[in-house]
Amino acid sequence: MLALFRRDLRLGFRAGGGALTGVIFFLAVIVTIPFGVGPDLNLLARIGPAILWIGALLASLLGLDRLFQADREDGSLDLLVLESDRHMLALTVLVKCLAHWTATALPLVIAAPLLGLFMNMTPAGIGATALTLLVGTPAIAFIGAAGAAVAVALPRGGLLISVLVLPLTIPVLIFGVLASYGAVNDPDPFLQPFLILAALTLFLAVIGPVAAAVALKHGAD
Amino acid sequence: MRLVAEDLSGERGGEPVFSEIGFALESGQALAVTGPNGSGKSTLLRVLCGLLPASNGNVRVEGGGDAFTTPAAACHYLGHHNAMKPALIVRENLDFWQRFAGESDGVLSGQAAALSVMEALAAVGLDAIPHLPFGYLSTGQRRRVAIARLLVSFRPIWLLDEPTAGLDKASEARFAGLMKAHCSAGGIVVAATHSPLGLEEAGELRMGASSPFPQGAG
Repeated sequence: MLALFRRDLRLGFRAGGGALTGVIFFLAVIVTIPFGVGPDLNLLARIGPAILWIGALLASLLGLDRLFQADREDGSLDLLVLESDRHMLALTVLVKCLAHWTATALPLVIAAPLLGLFMNMTPAGIGATALTLLVGTPAIAFIGAAGAAVAVALPRGGLLISVLVLPLTIPVLIFGVLASYGAVNDPDPFLQPFLILAALTLFLAVIGPVAAAVALKHGAD
Repeated sequence: MRLVAEDLSGERGGEPVFSEIGFALESGQALAVTGPNGSGKSTLLRVLCGLLPASNGNVRVEGGGDAFTTPAAACHYLGHHNAMKPALIVRENLDFWQRFAGESDGVLSGQAAALSVMEALAAVGLDAIPHLPFGYLSTGQRRRVAIARLLVSFRPIWLLDEPTAGLDKASEARFAGLMKAHCSAGGIVVAATHSPLGLEEAGELRMGASSPFPQGAG
C-alpha cells in the first residue's frame, strides 16, 4: 500500500502528472478577483475566505478525472481490482485518494496563505482559512473518487465528474467558510463549524472509497 | 492445483459472446485459446480471472491452499495493455508491482520463488535498461517488461491475452521457455493467441464466432 502511495505521488509530480495545474488555476482565479472587484480593501478582506475556498474547491475538482482514468488506460486498474483479495479495494482507493490529495490539494493549502495576501486578509483569517482548507480538502478528494469511479469509462468524463461531485461538496464548502469567518468575526464561533468540517472529512473518508470501490468493481468491461 | 471452468458463458454489453465452455487444467498444463477476431478469447480470459461476471457457469480453483482460494487471487493477468507507467523508469514500475502484489512464494511443492526485479529483467533480456523511463521503450520492449511482471511475484495461474504481440522471434522463443519453466514448476498457463505458443504439450480451445463448441483440453 505504501508502494502505491509512493508510485502515485511520484507520478503526480513527474512530467504530465498535473500536480501543478491545480495550483496555477488557483493562482489565476485568486489573482483575478481583486481586479474584478476593485480596490475596496475592506470588501476584499470580507470575501477573502470565501474566494479562497471556492478557488481551492474548483482547483481540486480539476484533476479528479485522472484519478482512475490514467490507470484504466494503461491496464493498471484491472490489476488493482484483481488484487482485491489481498488488498481490500476500498483501501486501495483510499490510498490513491491520499496520494492524489498530497500531490494536488496540499500545494493549494500551502499556496493559500500567500494568495490570502492578495485578498487583504488579516493574519488570523489567513491562518484559519489555511487550516480549514487543510482539514476540508481531503473530503473533496474522497467524494471526488466516487464520482471519478463512476465516470471512469467515459472518454471525456472530467466535466461530468465536476457536475456529479460539486453538489456533494457544498456542505464542506459551507462549513469551511463558516469556520474561517468564525476565526475573524468575533461573535461567530470557530470551533463548532470546524469540528463539523472535520467530521465531514472523516465521514467521507469511509463513504467515498467504499462507493468508489463498488463502482470500480462493477464498471469493469 | 486445478483450474476448473464449468459450463461457462460470457457476454459483452448484453450480447452473448460465447457459451457452454468447460475445461479443467491440472498443474503443469497449458491451454491455448484460439479463434478468429471477435470469437470471445479476451472476454473468456477476463471472465476466468473474475474481471467480468460470467453470465452462466462458474470458474474455481481447487487445491490452491490458503493463498490462492479464488481465480483472482491465484492468477497473473496480462491483458492488451502493459499496466506500466510511461513516466516511471522500468525498475520503478516492476518494483511497484512486486511490492503491491506481494511475492507470495510458492505454496505448491518445489515451487520456485519469485524473482527479483533484476533477475526478471535478465530473464526477458532487458537487464541493460532498468534505468530508462518506460515511455522510451519500443513496443516489443514494453511487452517484455510486462512479461517480467509475471516473474517478480508468484502466481500459479497465468492468464495471457496475446502475450507475444509485438515480440520478435528471439523474444517469442524466450517467452516460450519462460512459460515452459512455469508449467514444469507446477503452474498453469491459459493464453489467447493467434500465433503458436511454442509449447508442444499445450491443449487447444478453439472458439468460433458463430458456433462455439466446448472441448476438454489437456
